[in-house]
This record gives sequence, structure tokens and C-alpha cells, in this order.
Amino acid sequence: MNLVRSIQIGIVAAALGVVACSMYDREPAPHSELKDTTDRKKAPDFALKDSHGNVVHLSDYKGKVVLLDFWATWCGPCNIEIPWFTDFERRYKDRGFEVLGVSMDDDGWKAINPFVTAKQINYKIVLGDDMTSDQYGSVEALPTTFVIDREGRIASIHIGLSGKKEFEDAIEKLLDAPASGGSPKRANES
Amino acid sequence: MSPSLTIAEIPTVKAAKGATATITIKAHLASGYHANSHTPTDAYLIPLALTWTDGPLKMQKIDYPAGSMEKYPFSDKPLSVVTGDFSITTQFKVPANAASGPAAQKGGLKFQACDTQRCYAPKTVPVNITVSVE
Repeated sequence: MNLVRSIQIGIVAAALGVVACSMYDREPAPHSELKDTTDRKKAPDFALKDSHGNVVHLSDYKGKVVLLDFWATWCGPCNIEIPWFTDFERRYKDRGFEVLGVSMDDDGWKAINPFVTAKQINYKIVLGDDMTSDQYGSVEALPTTFVIDREGRIASIHIGLSGKKEFEDAIEKLLDAPASGGSPKRANES
Repeated sequence: MSPSLTIAEIPTVKAAKGATATITIKAHLASGYHANSHTPTDAYLIPLALTWTDGPLKMQKIDYPAGSMEKYPFSDKPLSVVTGDFSITTQFKVPANAASGPAAQKGGLKFQACDTQRCYAPKTVPVNITVSVE
């Protein structure tokens, strides 16, 4: 087999491999890395209600790293990520981190409340609406998750099922990053 | 972009008063997506559902396609889904006192689709059929 033929076969095999991986691989689809601080845009503020009718603003979380997750009870990939987020909430809460779930369930709390109980979700859930979805670039696919830095800027966007480690790395980096005018907070700091 | 589900045009259906009429709709879900079948494996999942809302015919029975059990990266167990081309058949009763002539039979097909990594909000595609009552 001559060299040209070998290269041609190699290219075809590589292309088929890429197509096969993109269709069937269990690995998550590629997602954005943490954006450079200069490229981060302000996360739009919103006012959405929790299950008790309390209005929650994103700005309430100023100074914290926030994982903002657009999800729904009927969304299978969301259900894979939710236990991860519950784990993150528990592990990182004391370092200035919060998960905020924005449910896009049309059936509202009737659908959400039993689900939250069954899945033992330990972070705040608010009921999303089209306006908030539009503010965040018309969220069509679920899950769509935004990781927001302490300055309220979008540091990374994850559309579709992502990897747990991908989120962990992003959260750790943002928690360790020096806040504006200050030093990073560590786990043993109050 | 959210997945499209299209329904093939249905020729005018002739319906005799007092008899039954059967209508089959042929649907196509875009390649690379799946929708839950009418009997999904998890209570949280939204089923494929055809609803008839208006028209001279009275719905008696709807036969949905049997879902195929497929495994996806986001589920520990196989899910009952439909993909590609599928059909749904409705059996109607034509009332004896139905007005003669053409009439619109209207409904909607609700589906909720996902690909291997993400899901999309449920949608309802209108189903409009012209019925000729004789």
C-alpha cells in the first residue's frame, strides 16, 4: 500500500470516528472553557419567584459564584446533572457558591415540587419564564447552564449534558480567583 | 434549533353518517431526535399525545405507535421513544345527525423531543383534516 493510499484511508477513518463519536459517544458535547475575564458579559438580572412566592433576583447573589441552571422535570439530561449540582451546593456553599435552578416547566410548581422532594434538591429553584429565557439568549435546549463569577459576569456556558468535572473545574477556578479588590476565599476562611 | 415534527397532508376523508371513520396521520420527526412514546417509561416524561379539539366526528379510540426501547447517554435505563416516520390512527364515530357536507376536523399532536445531549420544550403541531360528511 503506497503512502498516499494510507493517508487517504487514515483521513476517512478519522472522519468516520469523529462522526461516530459526535452521534453516539457518552462523552459530553464540547462546551466553552472559562472565558477570559475581559470577555465576560454581565449576567442579566431577573426577578423570578420561588415556591413560596418570594421574589429572587440574580443580583441577590452578588459576590458569589453562581451556577445558573435552566432545566425542567421532563428533561432527561437535566436529571443527570441535578445530583452533581446538589453535591456542589453542599461542597462549595461555604466558599461563596450557590446553585440556582430556573425551571422551565409549563406546569409550574405542581410539577416541580414533587420532583424537588424526590430528588432531594438542596438549592433554590425559581420558576422561569420566556422573558428570562430571552435575556439569556433564548434558551431553547435544556439543560443550559451558566457559571457566573463573583462579579456577576458569565464565565462559561454549557448547553446540553456536560461533564461533572467540567463544572467542578470551572467552579474551583472561579472560587479561587481573586475577587475585585480582594484575595480569593479558601474553604477554611470564614 | 428545536426539532421539527411534520405531518403529511391528509386527503379529504369521506364519513358516512352513523358509521365509523378511521383516520391515520403520518408524522415525521427530524433526524437525530427522539420523542417520548405515548407510554414513556418515567412519570416525569411528557408523552406523545394526539388531541382532537373540534369537528363533526366523535373520537372513539386512538392507536399510537408502539415505542421502541432505546438507550441514551442521559438515562440509566432504555426509554420508550418514537423516531423518524410514525403513524397514529384515530377511530371516529360519525354522528347520525352530523351536518352534511365538508367540515374541518381539528386537533393537535403534542410531542417532547430530545437528542442525545439535550431536550427541547414540548410543542403541539396542529392537525387539520377536511371531512366530507355524507
